Amino acid sequence: MVYRISELHFSLLSPDVVKNLARVRVVTADLYDADGYPVEGGVMDPRLGVIDPGLHCRTCGGGIGDCPGHLGYLELAKPVINVLYTKVVYQLLKMVCRKCQKVMVEEGKERKSKRKHKITISDVEANIDLDSVIVQPATCPFCKTKSKKITFVKPYTYYEEKKELSPMDIRERFEKVSDKELTKVGFNGGRPEWLILTLFPVPPVTMRPSITLEGGERSEDDLTHKLVDIVRINQSLKENIDIGAPEFILNDLWELVQYHISTYFDNELTGAPLARHRSGRALKGLIQRLKAKEGRLRGNLLGKRVNFSARTVISPDPRLSINEVGVPESIAQELTLPFYVTTKNVKEAQRLIRNQKANYVIRPDGRRIKITEENKTEIVQNLIEGWIVERQLENGDVVLYNRQPSLHRMSIMAHRVRVMPYQTFRMNPSVCFPYNADFDGDEMNVHVPQTEEARVEAAMLMAVENNLISPRFGGPVIGLDLDQISGIALLTKAETKLSRRDATLLFGLAGFAMELPAGKEELTGKELFSLLLPEDFAISGYRSNFYKNRKIEKKGEDPDEWIEIKDGKLISGIIDKQSVAAENGKLIQKLERMTNPTTAKMFIDRAGRLGAAYLMLRGFSLSIADLDLPPEAQTKTREEIQKAEEEANQLIVQYQTKELTTLPGMTRKESLEAQIMNALASGVSRASDVVETSMKPNDIRNMYLAGSKGSVITTTQMAAVVGQETILGKRIKRGYQKRTLAHYKEGDLTPGAHGFVAHSFKQGLDPFEMMWNIMNGREGLMDKSLRTRKSGYMQRRLINALQDLKVMHDGTVRNAHGRIIQFTAGEDGIDPSKSDWGTIAWKDRLDMMVKE
Amino acid sequence: MMYGYDKMSMDLLQHELVPKHEILSDEEKNELFTKLHITKNDLPKILDSDSVVKKIGAKKDDVLRITRTSSTAGTAIYFRLVIPE
Repeated sequence: MVYRISELHFSLLSPDVVKNLARVRVVTADLYDADGYPVEGGVMDPRLGVIDPGLHCRTCGGGIGDCPGHLGYLELAKPVINVLYTKVVYQLLKMVCRKCQKVMVEEGKERKSKRKHKITISDVEANIDLDSVIVQPATCPFCKTKSKKITFVKPYTYYEEKKELSPMDIRERFEKVSDKELTKVGFNGGRPEWLILTLFPVPPVTMRPSITLEGGERSEDDLTHKLVDIVRINQSLKENIDIGAPEFILNDLWELVQYHISTYFDNELTGAPLARHRSGRALKGLIQRLKAKEGRLRGNLLGKRVNFSARTVISPDPRLSINEVGVPESIAQELTLPFYVTTKNVKEAQRLIRNQKANYVIRPDGRRIKITEENKTEIVQNLIEGWIVERQLENGDVVLYNRQPSLHRMSIMAHRVRVMPYQTFRMNPSVCFPYNADFDGDEMNVHVPQTEEARVEAAMLMAVENNLISPRFGGPVIGLDLDQISGIALLTKAETKLSRRDATLLFGLAGFAMELPAGKEELTGKELFSLLLPEDFAISGYRSNFYKNRKIEKKGEDPDEWIEIKDGKLISGIIDKQSVAAENGKLIQKLERMTNPTTAKMFIDRAGRLGAAYLMLRGFSLSIADLDLPPEAQTKTREEIQKAEEEANQLIVQYQTKELTTLPGMTRKESLEAQIMNALASGVSRASDVVETSMKPNDIRNMYLAGSKGSVITTTQMAAVVGQETILGKRIKRGYQKRTLAHYKEGDLTPGAHGFVAHSFKQGLDPFEMMWNIMNGREGLMDKSLRTRKSGYMQRRLINALQDLKVMHDGTVRNAHGRIIQFTAGEDGIDPSKSDWGTIAWKDRLDMMVKE
Repeated sequence: MMYGYDKMSMDLLQHELVPKHEILSDEEKNELFTKLHITKNDLPKILDSDSVVKKIGAKKDDVLRITRTSSTAGTAIYFRLVIPE
């Protein structure tokens, strides 16, 4: 059953309510007597609730946790304005006639409530305009009395013309206003005189607990300090009234009570000095408890801190499986999980305690005993069924592993613990991608689920191997990266052949045992890779990254072009980015889909290590000479760039002689810019083609062909030409008037004067070119930080708006009320996490079924 | 209305961006409600002041079947309840 809240009603707290709620009348400013017991009638009165463990409440008998605390009250000697309502008081004072106590609103001009329900305090604030837009009427429309100008001086003083209005005066005035009059301005949240405090509510001690310091000395909460001040001054005011002290002394004391009560509510009042602690630190008022980042709302309700968690720097360890996390010994010793002692596992529990693998035991009566070297034998003897041993983390425990910002569900996954030496969390580099982690100082968190249910849930739903496929795009989010891809690609090239001895060495380097095919003295890389695949695995129908951009379709000519795996044997194709990388890896995706997560996990573990191991065996290095193009190619690229520059210069001449074609929707200048950019870009692209076709095979080439790092563009920039540097997508034109740098003539439009870098990084840039490059680099940096912030906030808002939409069992999408948003989820009803890149690859499946 | 207005104005329903709207019969409506275990208030709404609603003459509490083109599924069917403005 769903209950819906139909109405919330807020109103002012009346003195009667305070008195009824209160259990204690506070009369003294003393906290404790000589023996250290709380004084009755003081602000730490034992009837106000319990804060000491083991004691019981004098009012309700509850212990700590049961007793919610009880209110007290303080009778103020003279009324005091509630600072939180000074503006409401101001508005009311202006509207109430000083003579006839009527609200000075002409008949027929009353404020009418737009809503049918009861008007609440927020309506009062909304209706009695807080920004003092309402003007004080000059005369009362009823008794025709001339009104006197009311002024308000922050923080809490009111004047009627020159005369100061005391809270008592104001209260008297408000008391005489009838309820009916008040509805004229929409004041319906109680009586206006309640805006002036006469009975001051003393909050329960449970909301202002004192802390016992080491020496047995007590340190009181800020609110308690404030309350002591209030009670003390109030008492002294009362005494002075009783002995008939002179007016100015009374007024000083009254003002002081007003000050203390005001800062108790809000210690950031404008116009009032900060109330300070003895140490000089500003005290925290009620408002400060709730407000801002560390306040109750943002700090405690919207954000919580947890126990059983740890945080440290991360570092890579490819020897770990992707579902493991290396936990430092020092952290493993600190984090615990409960071990429930039964008749069957007493021995195990005793072993844990004896070996110092547990930190605490909890007896059935709830007592926690710390296990020390001295008492451990005693505890072992007493240990029986029903005790709980808080044991330390050990290998194989399930923990949650997380990196902020947690932008998608793969930002927190369940890993298995491996306790390791040193001080960092260790992880397989393949899971960096879903966490978006690197090792330049990133820190990550570990959380230890404390119940069996939580552990099972984490292990089944959040385990890394059960999150290989992204629910966002239906491809793998975990795969090989960098050298792992380069290695696997080079290994699976057609020409790669290893002797049996080298193959053995390779698996030795990779760190796992494999049975090599019998009877062969020479093994191809494809054969070795096939050892990682399950026997019945098959995939085909896509090109390797090396041939990704090939347009012509001619199957079966090049043994490296088209991927074909049959019966767990790699027949043709290079295994590279298209097969095993995160986001693109079709092989990983299919492996996960057609076999099981564990097999896929094992494959990623092994393939990654095999790839890196093969690079070690083969050797993998770059040199500056790798960027040397053959002489003809070099002249060709030079020519292409020069040609492009000349083309641009001709465009400039045409522009100057006004022969240039103006493009639709553009000014002449814009047309020129667009055409220059085009000419230069196509020049660079032609140079790029030259680089691509003429570059001798080397490891830079291998990297971008395999898709592990770099691209044709970056290689061209290193080997041939950097090209146009841009600011906001346009040629650089910032700088001086009509020129970018002082070294150019005014109005110089040539490519070189506007950010075209005609050299390659290997040749080196001239000073101007370097300037362009740096300008572009700085823009990229600014852009990146601004964009991430903006898009992060946008995404947050979107998620907040959509968070309770849910795909129901009938395939509809509904919100928290059960209202329908979509009749079929995503209109096609496909769950991307169970799809192949958002579609269903029926074809593959059919093919397989037909073959069977 | 202006003389000849209907001749000069285009047919809204023929516009390529306006999907097909049909009014459900009572049986179809009940079938839909029982199939999805919903009441009429759980459906997405459409104001009776909507141009298409006025054009096809749908009244308050009618349910429209809207056949839209979809980038994921080709065509997608939605139902909307007509509510008074």
